[in-house]
Amino acid sequence: MKYSILSAVAGVAVAAGLSATAASAATLDDVKGKGFLQCGVSTGLAGFSAPDDAGDWNGIDVDLCRAVAAAVFNDADAVKFSPLSAKERFTALQSGEIDLLSRNTTWTMSRDTELGLNFAGVNYYDGQGFMVRKSLGVNSALQLSGASVCVQTGTTTELNLTDYFKANNMTYNPVVFEKLEEVNAAYDSNRCDVYTTDQSGLYAIRLGLGSPDEHIVLPEVISKEPLGPVVRQGDDQWFNIVKWVHFAMINAEEMGITSENVDEMRESTDPNVMRLLGKEGKFGEDIGLTNDWAYQVIKHVGNYGEVFEANVGETTPLGIARGLNALWSKGGLQYAPPVR
Amino acid sequence: MAHTDGVADGAEDSERVSPFYDPKVRGLFFQVILILIVGYLVYVGISNAANNLARAGIASGFGFFNERAGFDIGQSLIYYTNDSSYFRAFLVGLFNTLVVAAMGIFLATVVGFIVGLARLSRNYLVRKLATVYVETLRNIPLLLQLLFWYKAVLAVLPSPRQTGIEQDVSLVWSLNNRGLYLPRLVPEDGSAIVFISVLVALALWFVIGRWSYKRQMATGQRFPVLWTGLGLLFGLPLLALLISGFPFYLEYASLQGFNMAGGWVIRPEFMALLLGLSLYTASFIAEIVRAGILAVPKGQTEAAFALGVRPNLTSRLVIIPQAMRVIIPPLTSQYLNLTKNSSLAVAIGYPDLVAVFGGTVLNQTGQAVEVISITMLVYLGISLLTSAFMNWFNSRVALVER
Amino acid sequence: MPGIESANPFYYVAREELPQLPPPTSQRGFGGWMRTNLFATPRDTVLSIVVLLLLVWMIPPMVQWLFIDAVWTGEGREACLGPDVGACWAFVEAKFGQFIYGRYPLEERWRVDLTAVLLIIGLVPIAIPSVPYKRENAIYLLVVFPILAFILLTGQFGLVPVETSRWGGLLVTLVVAIVGIVVSFPFGILLALGRRSNLPIVKTLSVVFIEFWRGVPLITVLFMSSVMLPLFLPENVTFDKLLRALIGVALFASAYMAEVVRGGLQAIPKGQYEASDAMGITYWQGMRLIILPQALKLVIPGIVNTFIGLFKDTSLVLIIGIFDLLGIVQQNFTDPNWITPVTPATGLIFAAFVYFIFCFSMSRYSVFMERRLDTGHRS
Repeated sequence: MKYSILSAVAGVAVAAGLSATAASAATLDDVKGKGFLQCGVSTGLAGFSAPDDAGDWNGIDVDLCRAVAAAVFNDADAVKFSPLSAKERFTALQSGEIDLLSRNTTWTMSRDTELGLNFAGVNYYDGQGFMVRKSLGVNSALQLSGASVCVQTGTTTELNLTDYFKANNMTYNPVVFEKLEEVNAAYDSNRCDVYTTDQSGLYAIRLGLGSPDEHIVLPEVISKEPLGPVVRQGDDQWFNIVKWVHFAMINAEEMGITSENVDEMRESTDPNVMRLLGKEGKFGEDIGLTNDWAYQVIKHVGNYGEVFEANVGETTPLGIARGLNALWSKGGLQYAPPVR
Repeated sequence: MAHTDGVADGAEDSERVSPFYDPKVRGLFFQVILILIVGYLVYVGISNAANNLARAGIASGFGFFNERAGFDIGQSLIYYTNDSSYFRAFLVGLFNTLVVAAMGIFLATVVGFIVGLARLSRNYLVRKLATVYVETLRNIPLLLQLLFWYKAVLAVLPSPRQTGIEQDVSLVWSLNNRGLYLPRLVPEDGSAIVFISVLVALALWFVIGRWSYKRQMATGQRFPVLWTGLGLLFGLPLLALLISGFPFYLEYASLQGFNMAGGWVIRPEFMALLLGLSLYTASFIAEIVRAGILAVPKGQTEAAFALGVRPNLTSRLVIIPQAMRVIIPPLTSQYLNLTKNSSLAVAIGYPDLVAVFGGTVLNQTGQAVEVISITMLVYLGISLLTSAFMNWFNSRVALVER
Repeated sequence: MPGIESANPFYYVAREELPQLPPPTSQRGFGGWMRTNLFATPRDTVLSIVVLLLLVWMIPPMVQWLFIDAVWTGEGREACLGPDVGACWAFVEAKFGQFIYGRYPLEERWRVDLTAVLLIIGLVPIAIPSVPYKRENAIYLLVVFPILAFILLTGQFGLVPVETSRWGGLLVTLVVAIVGIVVSFPFGILLALGRRSNLPIVKTLSVVFIEFWRGVPLITVLFMSSVMLPLFLPENVTFDKLLRALIGVALFASAYMAEVVRGGLQAIPKGQYEASDAMGITYWQGMRLIILPQALKLVIPGIVNTFIGLFKDTSLVLIIGIFDLLGIVQQNFTDPNWITPVTPATGLIFAAFVYFIFCFSMSRYSVFMERRLDTGHRS
């Protein structure tokens, strides 16, 4: 019997040796050491992070991962994706299984304080909404009393839903599922009258329904849902890298730098552009990257506007307008501090 | 290599054996090593967890139990609102698990016994049908069956509006994709007497049972306890109802707005889980019942017939009691399996313990270690309690060797 | 004696066996069969008629739905939409590759096929009792094959690496089931021996381990492996998600395997243990050479049954987001190109059929071995 435990330990040790990745606390060194970025994404939400039939990931959240990889490795493909359920996502980040969580995650105070996370910015300003069948003849969320509502567990959505119905003295019957696909299937089979999640998500999900034209997203936005990339607390360098990769993409859009013209813009004499693209100063080296980090991000992935348009914008099937996500100079909320 | 006591040397040799070869010393030595290793692993695990939690700044402890839950649950046996505590949410989940397990056990037993007996039937068609049932259901994963009931059977039912029922019309019953709607019996003032009469009937049943057992032991005369009992159980409350002037009214379900309201509703998640669990487990119980009955020697039946016992009584008094001894131990483990399998509720959105507590509460509090440990301990507790009870029951029906 | 016989022409005992008479006409032929099997008593007659009506009510619509009204070819959901459409087999046809390999890269799928061939090469001879070299065969299956499969599937030694997040379908179902059984087999034996050990601590630990894993549902074990286990590992040491699930499944299966093996150990007569002690060999030699060969042979049906249970239980990994056969079938229900009311039923029936084929053939094998082993062992 003693051998059993010994062999058990040996077995576990062998298994661990085969696929464990041990590294130091500094995430950047860790990422550089293994040669790729491990990025946590959703299990499939069109426009944000979803695999195509060949298994390649696309979406606005995916592009942020690729941008960080481009900044670190000059190679936007040096990234591996871990699809995570709502429940697994924080543990995966806390335990070091992933280096960056970019999974349409809402920034809240308790997540900052109780869960030991740092939100590195907001790459999509969202709000929770409701989707219903047109045939119900409902045109306001205030008419939804008594409805069955399909919702995914483990999200801020579930709590907002409760608050909204309570505040408006309405009743409802929650039908709660663990995975997004199950919520979709239940709503599509008419198990529920209402589907609630972030509005961007509703547009994406509507595309995946049997007949998208039969559903409408109600106008009410019942919550603030700033979605953004998340890192572990306690590693300021890594926090800064993710934060500034995001800001660089916004700054690039503001300055009119795109993946198309970035090589020409590199010759620009505008000091703002020169600082961003690493012609002046050593901002990149200060956060542990090369000085042309932002050039690499824009070259390989594009600026914020390009990423938005390519994944969720008006020309895509999702057809979402910039709205809150327009640059501050165009009436939106996307605003980045200057590189200086 | 270690010796056990079995290889102990002869008594006169034992003094010459060096401690290195002494089985007792070796046993002790290796056990101490084992304890150290297990202790070390536990220590490393716990210190890692403490370290990780502290580093990540995650809250720990069980303080969250008293906080406001802030979410709603679709089905609840006890009073629960979004203002209730996490602990109450835990109880809601636990009761939902227990109710589906209890009803599942009952249904699975009934179906299992019927199918098990059918497999031994003289009738070719009945026998084959039972065989097909057993072989099909037990060779397909339960999760798949649950999904089948939920997605392929219940989800394709029409929605309340599509069934063509009119607004605000009271319905005696309605089956649609929101559930099975039946009238609800709402007690009014003075209904206490009816509930009391049920308790009285049960107590009387018990007393009559004891009396008839004693009488049978003493005189050999039998008394129809079952029928008397059932008669009491239905007769007394009926009498009470008549005397008190039927202090209940029926609340009917109706279509209000776009959803059903009122009445007594069995939700499709619950139906799918109950059907899946009980039909799947019944296929195993059927095999157990069949094996149990086949284990009773044929001579027992023949002896009973030779004594002039009627076939019905032979089954009830000779075959079944003996078969039960073989049936009960594996039946217990099937009951436990059913209870554990009820955790698959999470896949079809039934708010059981795992879905409510291990799902929503875990997500809202982020305290994975505490929540998962409690969930596992609850199931472990249910398992150990059931085992203990069934062991006690089994020892009562076990053959008393004289 | 012959004198008496010849003297007496009358016999009171027949000297030759009389030819068998045909059964009475009432029991002969199809009519007789019907009478004994279907209409023996009035109650039987009623039952038969009820069952027949039930079959007539059930089978024609099923055949209609499964075959006659079914859609066999089609490019997308339009093919399977309509009021009277039966099963949408075109969906299964379109997604068949995914159902088997998941998202394993197309050009690397030959590696999965090769692994399957290697498995069959090992499995067929060990399943047929009369084929020799059982020991070598077992070593191949339990040691050589897992290493080869690991190299081929994950991509070592110059093969293109394939992340486990791209594995799926039947591949994952079989990987989880086979890893579970291969790991749980030695562990189960050790735990069973531990539970019967005379050393109190060894015994207690084994009992606690076995009863713990048998007392909790697999789904909580999987949740533990996916959200709790990472917190118990040292900082920044992480396991692959599939590997974590495999560890959970293997520990779970070990406890069940231990109970099966314990049954075998208990069935060995005490004399065998005493005889092995009397030989003066060590405990481990005795177990290896005398007790276990007998005990394990006795419990082959039990082991196969455990494996069937494990095979069915692998479907639970879909709940933690690993796309096994059932998981990938279910995921494809939400493919907008194939959403129809009949898609879920079709996909689930297909998956059920695959599981049924595996489980049913294994259970037949178990029955076959049971019959084979039964001879001469009961006294």
